[in-house]
Parts: sequence; C-alpha cells; structure tokens
Amino acid sequence: MPKLKIEDLARIRDQARRSTLLREGAGRVKIIVHLGTCGIAAGGRNIMAAVLRELEERNLEDVLVSTSGCAGLCSREPMMTVEVLGQAPVKYVDLTEGKVREIFAEHIVGGRIAERYALAVGSERAM
Amino acid sequence: MELATIEGIIRQHGAQKSGLIAMLQDIQHEYTYLPEDVLRHLSRTLNVPLSRAYSLATFYRAFSLKPKGRHPISVCLGTACHVKGAVKILEKFERELGIKTGQTTPDLNFGLEQVRCLGCCGLAPVVTVGQDLYGKVTVTKVDQIIKRYRKQETAHAKT
Amino acid sequence: MPYRVHCMVCAGTGCVSNRSLDVREALEREIRKRGLQEEIQVVTTGCNGFCAVGPLMVVQPDGIFYQQLTPKDIPYLVEEHFIKGRPAQKLMYTPPEAPSPIPRMSDIPFFKHQRLIALRNRGLIDPEKIEDYIARDGYQALVKALTRMTPEQIIEEITRSGLRGRGGAGFPTGVKWRKVREASGEPKYIICNGDEGDPGAFMDRSIFESDPHSVIEGMLIGARAIGARHGVVYIRNEYPLALERIQIAIQQAREYGLLGENILDSGLDFDISVTRGAGAFVCGEETALIASVEGRLGDPRARPPYPSEYGLWGKPTCINNVETWANVPPIIMHGADWYSQIGTERSKGTKVFSLVGKVRNTGLVEVPMGITLRELIYDIGGGIPGDKKFKAVQTGGPSGGCIPAGMMDQPIEYVAPDGKREARDYLDLPIDYESLTDVGSMMGSGGLVVMDEDTCMVDVARYFLAFTQDESCGACTPCREGTKLMLDILNRIVEGHGTMDDLRALEEIGWVVKQTSLCGLGKTAPNPVLTTIKYFRDEYVAHIEAHKCPARVCRELNTYRIDPVICVERGHGCGVCRRECPEKAIFGEKNQPHRIDPALCKKCGVCVDVCHFNAVIVE
Repeated sequence: MPKLKIEDLARIRDQARRSTLLREGAGRVKIIVHLGTCGIAAGGRNIMAAVLRELEERNLEDVLVSTSGCAGLCSREPMMTVEVLGQAPVKYVDLTEGKVREIFAEHIVGGRIAERYALAVGSERAM
Repeated sequence: MELATIEGIIRQHGAQKSGLIAMLQDIQHEYTYLPEDVLRHLSRTLNVPLSRAYSLATFYRAFSLKPKGRHPISVCLGTACHVKGAVKILEKFERELGIKTGQTTPDLNFGLEQVRCLGCCGLAPVVTVGQDLYGKVTVTKVDQIIKRYRKQETAHAKT
Repeated sequence: MPYRVHCMVCAGTGCVSNRSLDVREALEREIRKRGLQEEIQVVTTGCNGFCAVGPLMVVQPDGIFYQQLTPKDIPYLVEEHFIKGRPAQKLMYTPPEAPSPIPRMSDIPFFKHQRLIALRNRGLIDPEKIEDYIARDGYQALVKALTRMTPEQIIEEITRSGLRGRGGAGFPTGVKWRKVREASGEPKYIICNGDEGDPGAFMDRSIFESDPHSVIEGMLIGARAIGARHGVVYIRNEYPLALERIQIAIQQAREYGLLGENILDSGLDFDISVTRGAGAFVCGEETALIASVEGRLGDPRARPPYPSEYGLWGKPTCINNVETWANVPPIIMHGADWYSQIGTERSKGTKVFSLVGKVRNTGLVEVPMGITLRELIYDIGGGIPGDKKFKAVQTGGPSGGCIPAGMMDQPIEYVAPDGKREARDYLDLPIDYESLTDVGSMMGSGGLVVMDEDTCMVDVARYFLAFTQDESCGACTPCREGTKLMLDILNRIVEGHGTMDDLRALEEIGWVVKQTSLCGLGKTAPNPVLTTIKYFRDEYVAHIEAHKCPARVCRELNTYRIDPVICVERGHGCGVCRRECPEKAIFGEKNQPHRIDPALCKKCGVCVDVCHFNAVIVE
C-alpha cells in the first residue's frame, strides 16, 4: 500500500464513514456485538455466532455487523447495540442466543424495539 | 529439544541478549515450561551465563521449570475476586484435582495456578482454563468446568 | 472538531416535494443566527421511508424524530431543542402505540454521570479496523500536531491542559515531556506503560482492547513533541486479547505509513515495538519496567536519575501510562482550554475508574475529576446489592488505602482550592489526586473496590500485604523483611493468636517500611494495613481480644452449624452440603435435618456457599 499523505487521511475518513455509518448510506441496520475480554467471557462469541446465523437464515443483506470493545457495564454482558437507520441506537443486555432470535424478529425485521431486553436507547456522552 | 524450533525462536528475536525474555516466553509457550537443555542451548548461543537465564526464569511468574499441564487452570485472586470468595474456588480445584496450587496433575492434563488479576473484575470470581475464561464461578460450577476438559482428554485419547 | 448534534434532513423525493429543502435552509439560517454552526451540523439524507409525514428530520445522537416541518417551525424548534435542551414535543412524531418505556442512555445514572474522553470510542468502533478509528476523526490530532504546531507548542498545550499521569502518581505530563525534550542524549525513547498490575483495575486493558489506535496516536504526538524515533508498548502478560489488538493496530498503522519513516510527509520517523511483561507486579514501577524491556530482571533502582534523563538503554525516556496517552489526541484536537475546564482546580480532565466488588453495577466508568464517592458508588454504581451495609471503598490497589463508610456522617475538614476550610463527609469528598492522598489513600490507577458488611477489613489488609510481600523483588531489606514480618503478624491475628503488642508492632514496622524502602512498591505497601488500623481499629481488636471476626470471614474464628428448621422446611434436607463437604463432616438423610460434626469440620465454608436456602449459620 502506498504511503498516506494528509489528504488521503480525509479521503479514507469519508470512505470509512460511508461504509460504517447508516446515515451515510452504509445500510439499513447496524449491529455491534461488544467483544472485550468480559464480553467474550460472558459468552459474547456465541452471541456473535447467533447474529451471523440469523442473518444467513433470514437472508438479510442490508444489515451491517461489527464488533467492538467493552461497553463499560461488565455486569450486564453479553451486550449488543442495534441501530436502525433514522433511529437512536438501542443497547441490549444480558443476552442469550434465544434473545438474539427474538430481537431479530421484533426489532431488526419487525421494526419494534424488544423492550424487555433493552437497557437504553441513545448514545453515551463522548468528549 | 527440537533444534529447529529453538533456532527459529532465537532468530525471531534478532539473536540479541535483550530479547532473552521474549525468547523464554516463546519457549514457555511451546513446551509449557523451560526445559533445562533448551536453557543451556540458549545460553551458549547468545553467550550469556546460564545463571542469567535461570535468574530470569525464576524471577518472572510466567515461567516454569516444570511442565505445566495441557489445560493450565488459573484462578484469579484479584481484589474483587478475593472479596467474592475466590479462595474457596481455588481450594475446590485443589480438592477435585488432588494437587496443590502451583502443581500439575501426574497425567499432565491439568496445572493449577493462582493469578493476580485478569482484569475481568466485573465478572468476579473469574477462572481461566487455557484460553477460555469463566466468570461468576461458584463452587458447584468448578465440577462442570473440570468435567468439560476431562471429556476432551478422553475423546482425544480415543482418537 | 466533531459536532455535538447532527440534524438529518430528509431529501428523498417525497420530502423534497414537500419542500424539505426550504426547511433545511431555514434551519441553517437559524443555526447561524444563534451562533451554533460549530456545534450543530445539518446533513441531508436519502429517503427515510416514512414519506407520509414529511418533510422529516432526525436529530442525532438522541434519535429525535421530527415530522411535517415547515420553515416557520424552525425558530421554535432551535430555541426549544438546541438552546433549552428539550425536544419540541409538538413537532415530534408520536407512534400510534403507547410511548416506549425504554430509558435513554442519558437518563440512566450509570451512563449519565460519565464523560468519555480517554474512552471516547468505546463500543463504537471495531478496534481491529484502523478505518473505523479514522472515521471517528482518528489521526486528525496528529495531522494538527505535525502541520500546525511546533514541538514546543505541543508541550505547552499539554502543560496548560493540566493533564497528569494516570498511572497513579499524577506527575504533570507536560513537565515530564519538556524534561525529556531538553535532556541531553540521543536517541530518545517513548514508553507506554501497560503493565497494569493493580488488582481491581482494568482500564488499560480496556483501552487496548477497544481503541488501540488512540494510544498509538498519543505516542506519535509525544514523539513529535520530545523528538523520539522509537517507542515501546509494554503490556501485561495476562492480557492476551489486548496484546493481539495493539499488535494488529501497530501493523495497520505501519501499512498506512502512520508508523515508519517520513510519516504523512512530515519528516517524522517513528515506530513502535511491543514488549510483553512476564508476570511481575514490580515491573509497573518505571525503572523496573525499563530493566525488563532491556531483557533483565525487573529490579527497580534508586531515583534520581529519573528515566527522563537516564532511561531505556541509558537514554532520555518518556514513560507514560496507557490512559495518559489516550488523552493526548483529544487535548491536541480541542485545546488545553477545553480540557482544563473539566475537573477540579488541581486535577484536570476525567479519570477512568473500575468500579468493582460489592456494588450493583460493576464496570468501567470515566467521570470528571472532582466527582464524589457518593455519586460513584450510589448513583453510578447503583449502591450495594442485597440490602447490605456499605462499609468501605478501597482505592489505589495494594498501594492505596480503605476509606470508611463509618466516616459518612462524621465530617472531615476539607481544604478548598482557594484555601477555605470546610467540613465535608468523606463520601462527599470530590475525588482528585490530592483529596485521596489527604485521607490516607491514593488515586493509583483507578481501581475502586467496594466493600460491604460481609467484608473483613483485617482480611483485606492481610490480602494486600500477602500480595506485596509475594511481589517484593527482594532488592532492599525494609520491603523484603518488613512486609514478611507484617504478614506474619496479620496471619496470627486472623487465626486468633494476635496480641495488642502485635498491633502496635504492625504500625511501627509499617511506618519504617514506608520511610525506608527503595521504590514505590515498598513505600506504599503498608498503606492498606495502616489505613485499616486507623479507621477499623475495633475490628482488629475484636480479632485479638474477643477472638471474633465481626464480618465472619476469618474462618479460624468462626463456627458453623445448620439451622435444622430451615434445612428441613425449606430445603427438605437436600444434602448438597453433605455431598460437597470436603471433610465429610456433615451428616443427615433426605428430608431430615443435617448436622455438622465440629470435630471433623475444617471451617472451609463450602457448605455456606452451596446451600440454596441459607440454612448454614456462621457464628
């Protein structure tokens, strides 16, 4: 890969935003599974596998899946964030594979937040 | 001792004395301990006294001069784990495996260690077996954990 | 500078035909009029799909959904939502079903009090993709430092920001950088201390795991400031995932030319290598860490000379903690003035704490300096689980101390930054480096272990001392021998063989070890013992004179029996204790009361843990 110049950094930033941010057209839904050490210890990898399985079985192509680090609230792991285009992200906690299935049916496909498993909507205050 | 493996590890760290700790870590990973003949070979090749390699091997907790067992069990005794009763978990492992902390079972299946803090205090008490991490461990869960790896071993032995 | 709010105005065909572009224009006009253009960004998006109620606009990050907007609505909307901070209800879309009962992140106490700077990207980016970091304005602070600032200006900015070392000692970061820059000797080195050894602290692990590039960018800016060409990340052996992620991040930064030669055509050459720790707590001490990087035993040495003059390979070396490095890019990006308005007079910015132990919400929190213990434990932590009584909070790991809840209603004197003296509760003490030291503890790396009535303070003191005694490198006599003597005494006390003379000896030896040890490990090792004696003397006395452990933790002093009524009525004599008892000291039949034979009982306490019905009584 050729070495970056300062202008390239801005270009990569814009490109990366287009592929990671829903409002820039990356997709309809974005799912982040939180996989820090605690998340993994609490079963996060199984949750990730369940998410990928759901995607395949339901043949969903407008859903982005990504991993991320710890979300801070270790006692409620495993955790995932679901963001639907135009809506605030929702944090789901204490997940199991069964709950993932329900969240897919209700929220990701059905468009209604699975309230009983949701901790909160919105984002944290950064900076 | 497989000479090619050892030579590879030495080369990877630039055959420099300053890379000695990193080399020992790789050897520890490869053999689950630091075999004497490997330490001798290392000291000759790098031209460092054997006593220096030995002092590093006994100062740092990551090294062992005896084989560690195929499934190294580490019970976290960090502060959060301590106040949530990790000592009882450690003792349960000792009883179930019939060994003391720091020892390895005669069949080399399990080694038992205590570890300072795994940084998963939110899930205390915590135990790792190899790369697997278990949180909110209870005395009764210990049996299940051991059983899982014993099963792997019997399956392994059959094949 | 990232915007505080994004207004996503729909410019799909449906909304445009409903004149959404006029709405956008009115919005931009109003934002400029109010001088909010730096904070609020207006973005046009594609079709939202909800064309029936257009023109629509979504305000992020809150996800507020406005519908059927006209240019006339805009001044009201801007006034209410962006100035007064309350979304304009009457312009919002109300779904036909009942309003959602799910709270917002900003309403949940655990998140509400937090302010993320070091952890700004947590949970948002994929740590294994450099593009994700760049998408969140990553490496833009580096660009600024390379193109628009001289090294002196960078150091000045960091100094003015008031940033202090987050590893525990709190040394001003800018001052350290200047010393290394001005020290004679080449080459100069930069080290990231990721040997997070304090049990109960895991912020460094989390930063490596969730945002490794923030550390790399911080180190790059540091390299430009002090004139270093090589950096070392020293990472604890017990953190495999953190190691993997920082290695991936370094590799990606190299591929992009953000590490290596002539970075971004600026003439800066800098690369980073990774050293794994090998499991020695003392290596968190900077001189021991440097010895370990050089492939030697992790023995600390006397300072001065400090590493800033004589560090790695005898050259000037700048060594900062992980969290400190992660704070550098935001400070450069937004400036010292922005950063220094957060926090207290003496301690600026935020601090990451790991909130663990007997508290409802355990986890990692980043809060402004000056937050009180009460807010941390009760608001963020949600208080103590199971209606237990809060007893103490331990801060600063094995070097710190225990701050008692018993002091809650007993005000102490607090010297305000302006020199005024006032009475305050301990729990209402604003936390910063100095206030914690004043009460005999310390900030340390930020571990906060909450303890309740079931925690024995003598046992906690013994626990920490056993830790430091074991980790003492043995180089100096006071630490090597003193901690051993102290541990022997504590062992006697928890077994019920202590005397009041022992207690006096403990304080005396502790004082000597503090005064005469070579490095920070020994100088602080007695702190947990001395603070618990100071605040919980009655617990020590109870162990010594009454042979009782008030928290019923010290087994040698406990007796165990099974309540026959609970055992039968609730547990139906289930027998789980009988099966689990390692000494076979419990007898009983199904549906019958079980009984512990005191002659066989070794007091291990397993029966207490396994009984589902709390039938085992500890006295």
